[in-house]
Amino acid sequence: MNKERALLAYVSRLGDNALVLGQRMIELVAAYPELEEELANANFALDYIGQARMFYTYAGELEGQGRREDDFAFLRDENEFRNLLLLEQPNGHFGDSITKLVLFELFYLAQLGSLARSEDTQLAGIAARAEKEIRYHLRHNTQWLVRLGDGTDESHRRVQDSVNDLWRYTGEMFEADEIDTIVEKAYGGPNLEELRERWLADIDAILINATLDKPEDGWMASGGKAGRHTEHLGYMIAEMQYLQRTHPGATW
Amino acid sequence: MYTQGLDQKDKPAGTPQGAETPGQVEAFQDRIDAEDKIEAKDWMPEAYRRTLIRQISQHAHSEIIGMQPEGNWLTRAPTLKRKAILLAKIQDEAGHGLYLYSAAETLGVSRAQMVTDLLSGKAKYSSIFNYPALTWADIGAIGWLVDGAAIMNQIPLCRCSYGPYSRAMIRICKEESFHQRQGFDILVALCNGTDEQKAMAQDALDRWWWPSLMMFGPSDNESKHSAQSMAWKIKRFTNDELRQKFIDVTVPQAEFLGLKVPDDELEFDEKTGHYRHGEIDWQEFLDVLAGNGPCNRQRMAKRRKAHEDGAWVREAARVYAEKHAAKDAA
Amino acid sequence: MSDKEWPLYEVFIRSKSGLSHRHAGSIHAADDQMALDAARDTYTRRNEGVSIWVVRSSQIVASDPAETAAFFEPAEDKIYRHPTFYDMPDGVENL
Repeated sequence: MNKERALLAYVSRLGDNALVLGQRMIELVAAYPELEEELANANFALDYIGQARMFYTYAGELEGQGRREDDFAFLRDENEFRNLLLLEQPNGHFGDSITKLVLFELFYLAQLGSLARSEDTQLAGIAARAEKEIRYHLRHNTQWLVRLGDGTDESHRRVQDSVNDLWRYTGEMFEADEIDTIVEKAYGGPNLEELRERWLADIDAILINATLDKPEDGWMASGGKAGRHTEHLGYMIAEMQYLQRTHPGATW
Repeated sequence: MYTQGLDQKDKPAGTPQGAETPGQVEAFQDRIDAEDKIEAKDWMPEAYRRTLIRQISQHAHSEIIGMQPEGNWLTRAPTLKRKAILLAKIQDEAGHGLYLYSAAETLGVSRAQMVTDLLSGKAKYSSIFNYPALTWADIGAIGWLVDGAAIMNQIPLCRCSYGPYSRAMIRICKEESFHQRQGFDILVALCNGTDEQKAMAQDALDRWWWPSLMMFGPSDNESKHSAQSMAWKIKRFTNDELRQKFIDVTVPQAEFLGLKVPDDELEFDEKTGHYRHGEIDWQEFLDVLAGNGPCNRQRMAKRRKAHEDGAWVREAARVYAEKHAAKDAA
Repeated sequence: MSDKEWPLYEVFIRSKSGLSHRHAGSIHAADDQMALDAARDTYTRRNEGVSIWVVRSSQIVASDPAETAAFFEPAEDKIYRHPTFYDMPDGVENL
């Protein structure tokens, strides 16, 4: 794979992560535990959809075949999506959502921080903008994880289950494939081994603060980055793409 | 946003209150007549306070329930731009519900109490949200017609005599200026699109037109609270005046889109400069209000579930805060 | 499980540097940090602020409207506190 193709794949993967997570979040609109949190999460979802648009638009430019953001979002099949498996997992309860966000955003923030200093100036620009958004999300969501972990017996039990259930999807974030390696070497992208060490140290501190136990090291799921998904993604894609697929070529 | 002249069972306005002297009531009315704003801690007749709590909380509930029909299309919005715009609009509705609950809270009722009243069915919300959003064109129709009707209602409320309500409405009107346009913009795209898209737009207008007219509430001679609310300057125009205004501005917009308003009796009256319209089916209005609209149960079930599912989260945050406040104090 | 409400906070926003904070509205939050976040997400969705204060509503000390006359009217007749009270002779400038 040449470096241009790797960059294209990398950027479109960033778009997939943002869109799939954003789409999961908007499934929860009008169902958050309190009105104030409803507003916070709409802001977060708007940030993710905005990021997906920027990454897809840039991917379209890199590809040079005239594809635009909506072509990436609505006219690709499930196995062309290369998002992390963690992000496509169904929503569950509020504690599951918060846990998913903290696990991912702790990684994503570091990834964006590194990309913001990468040699591809356009990607660096998008990453710098997204980094500011995610920094706020992560602080907000980490505080929620601590409140739930250190709240009532019930909330502690529930969110400990969330951490235990979702932990198996965290390994994939740090599995470097050819695309990650080329982007690291050719553009100064993140080194995933370094990110893993930082992430482990940070998540340790967060879990201690939240009085939660870190799950034992164990089996890790993977495949999303290569387009092999859990069964959940297909339904999401079918729902999301339905209008574009039913009315091919229509303008909306 | 969405106020509606919903008449609910309530003590008749002006119920004698032990503590209210004719002098106080008269001085209060003088302030209203002088266009003075009433603030939270000012003396006010109990009936004024109750009328406001009823109206503002209904308005807040409508914003919150109103998130549901549009939310129904968020995951299926046809482009990322439309998805983001729709989400921003629905988020505004949550925010507007929040502003309005806050305004009502200044009158001495808690948000928890208002939410309890909504979930128990004691409090009402605008009947329009008990209609289903069946196609993407409905998102256009809701923005254009429902928000359009709402704006007619809301702009005069910016001058309402109660300060906190009036300030909330000023903020809401400012923020909502894009809502109606985004709806119309969706319909413009559909009406310039394929035959199927245009049919989708016509179908949405057919289904949303009459319920939108009902949003202004019963006609003036049926509306119990109108006269007193006008005297208190909570209301500035009657239901029928606002409804007429809405029809007058909306019909030409439908013509621009090339859509037909589903009212065979609709006719422009050169003499008055207004459109004459057919009879509104008030029985349908009453049925929907009584809980027998297409989506009443579904909307309430979803709201109840969200509230109940969130209980452990709200409690955890409260317990955490108490624990740590105690630690910090120690 | 008790479902007691989170406390009410009042929100004040400085719309740009150089201006005072101004009351924007209120929100409910379980703790101070949550209150700041909620204020941010509720009242600055359109870039309305550069600084936010939140304060528990129960902590605000307010004047009593019933005492308005005694509290404020005495200031009404001290018109000599306002510059327009003074007639300056023609020809005097920069004063």
